[in-house]
Amino acid sequence: MNRSTATPARTRAAVTVATSAAALLLLSGCVAHAQPSSADATSLEVDSSASDCAVSAAKAPSGNISFAITNSGDQVTEFYLLADDGLRIVGEVENIGPGISRDLVVQAAPGDYFTVCKPGMVGDGLGKAAFTVTDSGADLAADGDDKKLVAAAATNYVAYVKNQVEGLVTGTDAFLAAYRAGDDEKARALYAPTRAAYERIEPVAESFGDLDPKIDFREADVEEGTEWTGWHRIEKDLWQPTAADNGGEAYVPLSAAERTRFADLLQADTASLNDAVHEDDYTVSIDAISNGAIGLLDEVASGKITGEEEIWSHTDLWDFQANLEGARVAYEGVRDIVEAKDPKLVKQIDGEFTSLETLLAGYGSLDAGFVYYGDLTTEQVKELADGVNALSEPLSKLTSVLVN
Amino acid sequence: MTDDAAPARSGLSRRGLLGLAGAGVVGAGLGFGVDRVLTPEATAASGASASYPFYGDHQAGILTAAQDRLHFAAFDVSDITAKELEELLADWTYAAGRMTAGLGAGEFGPASGPYDAPPDDTGEALDLPPSGLTITFGFGPALFDDRFGLASKRPEALIDLPHFPGDALLPALVGGDLCIQACSDDPQIAVHAIRNLSRIAFGRASLRWSQLGFGRTSSTTRAQATPRNLFGFKDGTANLRAEDSATAKDVWVQRGDGAAWMAGGSYLVSRKIRMTIETWDRSSLREQERVVGRTKGEGAPLSGGTEFTAPDFAITGRGDAPLIDEASHVRLAHPDTNKGATILRRGYNFVDGNDDLGRLNAGLFFICFQRDPREQFVPIQSRLARNDAMNEYLRHVGSGIFAAPPGACKGGSIGDGLFG
Repeated sequence: MNRSTATPARTRAAVTVATSAAALLLLSGCVAHAQPSSADATSLEVDSSASDCAVSAAKAPSGNISFAITNSGDQVTEFYLLADDGLRIVGEVENIGPGISRDLVVQAAPGDYFTVCKPGMVGDGLGKAAFTVTDSGADLAADGDDKKLVAAAATNYVAYVKNQVEGLVTGTDAFLAAYRAGDDEKARALYAPTRAAYERIEPVAESFGDLDPKIDFREADVEEGTEWTGWHRIEKDLWQPTAADNGGEAYVPLSAAERTRFADLLQADTASLNDAVHEDDYTVSIDAISNGAIGLLDEVASGKITGEEEIWSHTDLWDFQANLEGARVAYEGVRDIVEAKDPKLVKQIDGEFTSLETLLAGYGSLDAGFVYYGDLTTEQVKELADGVNALSEPLSKLTSVLVN
Repeated sequence: MTDDAAPARSGLSRRGLLGLAGAGVVGAGLGFGVDRVLTPEATAASGASASYPFYGDHQAGILTAAQDRLHFAAFDVSDITAKELEELLADWTYAAGRMTAGLGAGEFGPASGPYDAPPDDTGEALDLPPSGLTITFGFGPALFDDRFGLASKRPEALIDLPHFPGDALLPALVGGDLCIQACSDDPQIAVHAIRNLSRIAFGRASLRWSQLGFGRTSSTTRAQATPRNLFGFKDGTANLRAEDSATAKDVWVQRGDGAAWMAGGSYLVSRKIRMTIETWDRSSLREQERVVGRTKGEGAPLSGGTEFTAPDFAITGRGDAPLIDEASHVRLAHPDTNKGATILRRGYNFVDGNDDLGRLNAGLFFICFQRDPREQFVPIQSRLARNDAMNEYLRHVGSGIFAAPPGACKGGSIGDGLFG
């Protein structure tokens, strides 16, 4: 069974890249069989040792170029492909442990470059050498200056996050006021629409470590000996289960004092979240935005589409809608940057977003309310799950295109 | 034939024969075949003809080089007496001794015996070699309730597992009074074993849940290459190995550890772990390697080296972040993180068709053996359940804990020490 070297995997990866590149060629009017070889990733080996940064060739044809960097030194190393000024980073791989191999796949236009390794991750690096990319005639994506677009995307997304959390604070206040006052009917009506603000930016909340467990843990997520708090604790009290659905034990409703305590905790934790996103230095990286879009769809796939998120209220489709909206916003923030690099991917994601939004709209809206999860047929759930898969698959390629 | 005083068992009990041969024909042919009773011995052969002795100080199927296939079954004991339970174990012992030697479950085998009786073996293993079959028995906590007068025999280490954060256990896949782990290099052989043993048990114990595993996910000897789980990563690189002298004290219950009848036995914990492979497959190689803490190809720790290089959790990369993430599986499961606690892993990949959402019902049927789960599995799993980055792609849906008693002596039965 020892056939698992890195080589076959690398070959497969190269084939995948070649396929999408070939598809691009088709779009640009080339004959499919004309130049498949030029679309293949050119594979180069890099040996990052204690004293050198040996690249197996000093030039390669333009297109996808794959550097397989092996760290033969005894320090953690990095590898850079630099532009002709020797400063601007075209591609980089960091954190390569001693003895480890890792790939850098870049799409490089014809021109002069430098390769350099940085064992120990300090200083100017080692073995800096000129590297030439010759013109293969391959059709390359535009290499615009993304810096402004990237900065704008981050600014816009941070503003969106703040806006959602502010809305969450206000909405939560109203919801908790009804709950504290014992107006269960009103609290039940406010529950799902209020949570939407949280569900839209859930990956952000999760990035603050201990806040998401306090705010959004389901009962099964909680460790023995740890108190269960947050939205779902209150959810269970608003949609009280029968003994049969409660592990055979009669559910004991929370007393007024307990209600107040759990309400106070949720209010305080939500305020902490609001403070965190309003810190002066709060920002998000561009890959965090696109990974957030992917993460929101994963949330749908793992929790909402299975009905496990809202096991008492069955308002999973509200969460689904909010996750989808949040993913759409995150995606739109980086869409233009990606479109310049891979228009076909953007077109596909655009189409799948619209399809899934349309499908979900058939079951309601955040304003008018949705069908409860328990009222969906198996076939309807399957259709929604298929839609999630159809969108998630191309969306999962977003980050790699974005950061390349 | 139900001669409980007989020192050496020479066949199935009356109940066992009822199971195998059907009512009404019992007795036909009894007395035959005594000379065919075998006492399986170790064979040096490997591959399909490999055969492991059933009898011995320890049960086979624990430190035995992990075979490629699994059929695991948990049983509920019916409303029977302690004596009948003892008889069931004796019948299972008899049949297991035969099947692991490549023979039929009963004395006649699948294609002979009384013509008007159903064969005493189901037949699908006919003409097949033993294929390294091992059959390992275990007793669940529920067996020690008041039904069989065994409450005082319950080992303290045979705890009820706590609720771990994120557990999504399905009651139908949890627990059981008895378990049987059948491992073989041929799936047909493993299935044959469970099928015939459950047939023998009809009326005395019935299947509660069972699990097929198609690919081993760990190695238990140094000679074996490390296999891959359904995440595509090598699994069990740092597993305990039979050749290592320290392994015995982490796997076998020692004298003085508590219940005397368990000395030489081991505690088995099983967890059916569903993998949401669809979302995993959509995650980047960066994320996958971060979650595992090892490279996908070689299986080397991200701190450097090759597969068997010890991970260096202190080494940092850019931004002084550790190369092996704080929440990575390899870090949280490692003995260094768990006060030296280790377990012998013996899990298998499974794919049980697909679910209603069109997703493969796939994952890892985790099995581990240890001397004391309170010191080994429970603290390790508690840490993983709290912090493991892998949890996002996992769901524990089934669970079991069983006391696997020491091996049976020739002429004796599994669990003899329990009924003294």
